Amino acid sequence: MTGKHPRHDDAGATGIAPRRLLGALAVAALVAFAVSLGVGPSGFGLGGSGEAASLILWEIRLPRAVLGALVGAALGLAGAALQGYLRNPLAEPSLVGVSGGAALGAVLAIHTGLVQAVALALPLGGLAGAAVAMLAVVALAGAHGGPVTLILAGLAVSGIATALISLALNLSQNPFAAVEMVLWLMGSLADRSLTQVWLAAPPILAGMGVLLLLGRALDALSLGEDAARSLGVDVARTRLAVVAGTALAVGAATSVTGVIGFVGLLVPHVLRPFAGHRPSLLLPASALTGAIFLLAADIALRLAQPWMDLRIGVLTALIGAPFFVWLVLKTRAELAP
Amino acid sequence: MTAGVRIEAHGLRLSLKRREVLRGLDLTAEPGRLTAIIGRNGAGKTTLLKTLAGLLAPDAGSVRLDGRPLAGWERHGLARALAYLPQERLVHWALTARAVVALGRLPHQPFGAGESRADSAAIAAALAATDAAHLAHRPVPELSGGERARVLIARALAQEPRVLIADEPAAGLDPAHQLTLFRHLAGLAEAGRTVVVAVHDLSLAARFCHSVALVHEGRTLAAGAPQQVLIPAHLATAYGIRANVHDIDGVPVVLPLDVLP
Repeated sequence: MTGKHPRHDDAGATGIAPRRLLGALAVAALVAFAVSLGVGPSGFGLGGSGEAASLILWEIRLPRAVLGALVGAALGLAGAALQGYLRNPLAEPSLVGVSGGAALGAVLAIHTGLVQAVALALPLGGLAGAAVAMLAVVALAGAHGGPVTLILAGLAVSGIATALISLALNLSQNPFAAVEMVLWLMGSLADRSLTQVWLAAPPILAGMGVLLLLGRALDALSLGEDAARSLGVDVARTRLAVVAGTALAVGAATSVTGVIGFVGLLVPHVLRPFAGHRPSLLLPASALTGAIFLLAADIALRLAQPWMDLRIGVLTALIGAPFFVWLVLKTRAELAP
Repeated sequence: MTAGVRIEAHGLRLSLKRREVLRGLDLTAEPGRLTAIIGRNGAGKTTLLKTLAGLLAPDAGSVRLDGRPLAGWERHGLARALAYLPQERLVHWALTARAVVALGRLPHQPFGAGESRADSAAIAAALAATDAAHLAHRPVPELSGGERARVLIARALAQEPRVLIADEPAAGLDPAHQLTLFRHLAGLAEAGRTVVVAVHDLSLAARFCHSVALVHEGRTLAAGAPQQVLIPAHLATAYGIRANVHDIDGVPVVLPLDVLP
C-alpha cells in the first residue's frame, strides 16, 4: 500500500471519520432517491396534468425508486458482510448460491407457465428458489467448516442452479418464454408494481437487519477465527447469520429484479479505504453506497432510454467487468518486485 | 494491579482427526508466574493452549479457571478474564495498529456502544506498554514482523485480562525483540497476572519463566522451576537430543550437542 495516512484523534484513524462518512452517504442516497422520482424517459420533471402526473409518480416511479434503493442497499451490504466473513475482498453475494437459486425459481415459473396463471408467480418462484438454495448451502457447508467450505458449497449450489436454468432454456418449446427468461435473467427495475415492492421489502429489510448486527463479529474476525472466539464471538452463529441474512436480502431482491451483478463486489471494494478498512463501518456504508449506485445507474438508463433501451443488470456488468480489469492491474502493480 | 487467577488442567484428553494429541495431561499455572510450555514439534503445545483458552473442548478431563470449570464461564465473561494470542499473526485487512489494539476492547463494550474513555485509556496503555505507540496510525500490513508481533500483544493487553495465553509469541523475532518481549511478559506476571506461553527457545524459557512445563506425547513429563525441568535426562526423552546444561548465574543455559540415535 502506498499513500499518506493522515492522523486523526478519533477512533477512525485512517479513512474518514465514521459519522462524517455515513452522513455524507445518507445525504447522497436521499438526493439520488429524489432525482429518481423526478426522472422519466422524457427527461426531468413530471409532464402532463395533475392526475396523470400523480399516476406516473405513484405507480411507475415510486416502486422503481424504492426497489432501486432497497436492492442496491441489499447487494452492497451483503457484499460487505460476505467479504468481511470470508476475509476475502473478491467475495460477492452470488457466491453463496442464493441469487442462482432465485433465478432458477423465477425461470421455472416462466417455464412451467405459472406466470400466466398466477400474478406474482415470478417473485414468489424466485423467493422459493432462494430459500431452497439457502437451505442447500447451509446443509452442505455445515456450521464449523470455515470460509472454504462455505465458498465451495455456494459454488456447488450456484453450479446446479446454472445447469438447471440452461436446461429450462434448452427445453423451452415456446420462443417467447425463452426470450422472457433471458430478459429476466438480465435484471431490471422497470415496470415493477408497488405489490412487488410490498412482497420483497420485508425479507430484504429483515435480511439487512441481520447483516447490520454483525459488525463487531466481523471486526473481530479480522484477527482470524481463534482470536475472534477468544474475544467472545460466536463464530458458528456469525456464519449462519451471514448466510441467512444474505439469503433473505439478496434472494428477495433477485426474485423481483432478476440478477444484478457486480454491485456487491464493487461497492465494498471501492469503499474500503474510506472506511479505514474496518468491516463494521463498511456494512452501513456499503448499504448506502449500493443504494446510491443502483439509483444512479437506473437514472442513467432512463435518461438514455430514448436512444437505447438497456437493462440495469447489463449496465452494472458493463461497469463491473472493466473494474475487474483495473483490479487485476492494481494487484499486479502491488505484487510487482 | 490485576489479580490473576489459577488455571488448573486435570487429566486432559483430546483427539484431533482421530489422533490422540492430549493423553491425560495435568498442568497448573499460578497467578504471578510466567509459565512456559515447552516440548518438541507436535507434542501438543498448541492444542493444550487452545484447550486452556476454552477454544477446544477436551474429550475427557477438565480445565478450571479460578476454581470454576471453563464450560461454566459465559462467553463474554471468559473473554474479559482471559486473552489468547494465536501463533499465526493474522490481520486480514489493512487496519491501523490502533484499530487492531482496539479489538481487544470488544469484550468490555456493551453491544452497540462506541469506545468509552476507559477503552481509549486501555488502548493507549497497551500500545505504550509494548513500545508501539508510535505505530498507532500505521496500517498493520506495512509493519515489520517484530512491530506486528508487538501490536498483536498490545491487542491482548488492551483486553486487560487476568490470564494471558500466548502461543510462541517470540517466534521469528530477533534477539533484542525476544528479550524485550519476555521481559515484558515476566513483568505482566510479576504484576499479578497469570501468563502461559509456548516457547521453543529453551534458554529464553529458563531465563525469564518462573515455571516450565515440559509436554511430551500429550502428557506433562516434568513441571516446576527451570533448574528442575531443564536437565539432560528430560531433554533426551522429550527432544531426543544430547544436551549440555550450563549454569550461568543461577540460570540454566541449554546447549544442544547432538541428536540421539
